[in-house]
Amino acid sequence: MTIGKFRLPIMSSLLIWAIVWEIAGRTGASFIIPPLSRIFARIIEIVPTAAFGDALWITGKAFILGNLIAIGVGVPLGVLMGRSILADRIFLPWVNMFLSAPLSALVPVIMVVFGAGQTTIVLTVVLFAIWIVVLDARAGVRNITPSLVEMARSFGANRFQAFSKIFIWAALPEILAGVRLGLIRAVKGVVIGQLLVSIVGFGRLFEIYSSRFLMEHFWALLFVLFAFAFAINETLAWLERRFEYFAASRN
Amino acid sequence: MTAAAATKSAIVPRSMVEVRHVSKTYAGGVEALNDLSIDFAEGQLTSLLGPSGCGKTTLLKIIAGLIPASGGEVKVDGRVVTGPGPERAFVFQDFALMPWASVMRNVAFGLELKGMARSEREAVAEKYIASVGLKGFEKAYPHELSGGMRQRAGLARALAVNAKVLLMDEPFSAVDEQTRRKFQEDLLELIARERKTFLFVTHSIEEAVYVSDRIIILSHRPSQVSSIVEPAIVRGGGPDRIRRDPAYLDTVESIWQSLKRYLD
Repeated sequence: MTIGKFRLPIMSSLLIWAIVWEIAGRTGASFIIPPLSRIFARIIEIVPTAAFGDALWITGKAFILGNLIAIGVGVPLGVLMGRSILADRIFLPWVNMFLSAPLSALVPVIMVVFGAGQTTIVLTVVLFAIWIVVLDARAGVRNITPSLVEMARSFGANRFQAFSKIFIWAALPEILAGVRLGLIRAVKGVVIGQLLVSIVGFGRLFEIYSSRFLMEHFWALLFVLFAFAFAINETLAWLERRFEYFAASRN
Repeated sequence: MTAAAATKSAIVPRSMVEVRHVSKTYAGGVEALNDLSIDFAEGQLTSLLGPSGCGKTTLLKIIAGLIPASGGEVKVDGRVVTGPGPERAFVFQDFALMPWASVMRNVAFGLELKGMARSEREAVAEKYIASVGLKGFEKAYPHELSGGMRQRAGLARALAVNAKVLLMDEPFSAVDEQTRRKFQEDLLELIARERKTFLFVTHSIEEAVYVSDRIIILSHRPSQVSSIVEPAIVRGGGPDRIRRDPAYLDTVESIWQSLKRYLD
């Protein structure tokens, strides 16, 4: 967008909203909205603390472990579903159901089975992330040019070789898209898991801040998480673009 | 007519590929092949020519072991085909190169699947990359190459596994006309050098006459051998001589006359 001859940077609308927020905060209209400048001051204050470090560590562990499981199980399952009609018939209804189901409602059930601890949070992350990973891997494999599969067979590839040398790579653009979407859902999963279990990590901090009406702290933490999710998304999107060249040249 | 035409090959040295009473009916009930018998002589380039949708690619894929026949059997080098095997290599119409791999890795892929050590297979691949005229493009990726160059890589991959039989499924149909001509000329040289058995599917009459020792003309689905032509062309004289050779032109014309009736 341009105003007169001046070309506005893409993110400039954020600046306007930041100013509106700051003004709204300073009028003291609601304690829920503190001035933005103070939230940022709070971020600088909170981030170096031990409580934040602990929360980051425990959240990061659950997040990474959950995603590793989601990818490690989801990608092979998706490839299998893309290749085998039988597997597809068996799993697809479940995958579609869980993809659109209100998963937060299931977290208490997991908690009943696995207790209010890290296991529950890891499983919540898996529950949020895995379905889109499966569906995208499946879509990727179904998009493979048939001649590439025939090529592998005609040169004597066994099942494992076909999987590791052809299917995974040919479906990589879709798999990466699935992983990116899965990671974003996993951010939700880890926070919702922690909020519902409410005794560890960022969930505990959110609980403390909101119950004591520390809105500046609350917003500061939310902003940090938002930046975290944004960074993950951008990193994966960059990786996806690096592989896009062959998505276009596959056929 | 079919049986007589099929046994006409008694003059050639030995059958490398024997197709015996092969039928193929697809799941939807489409009958692509019905009781087809053909012999392919060792060391020759035999073309399968016919109207589009006549089942020539189906036959080639049955010989490759990529799709099972509904009836009959195929023998390659005396052994019955039950699936793909190392004595056959396939060249694909759409090249079927791995877009994420360099020319080097693509060409060496057949050897990689066999478990050959990297340095060893790359030495072999390098030789064939050079022999198809792609020297200097070892590190290039398929999307950086033209269609003709991609098919050269596909051909090098098929040559690298040192199969006795090369199955080529309309290898030049996705390549532009000028590139195709150059490629056909290079193919003749390659055939003379490699002494392999080539099975070549094409819908281009000129191409078939230009490159083949023997042309098998198939009729409409379900395929029958309509006739067999052995172009009496002297190959030694270079590409321009061949294209102006009266025998070449006459063969093209007579095949065209015989194929015309299949067009509606």
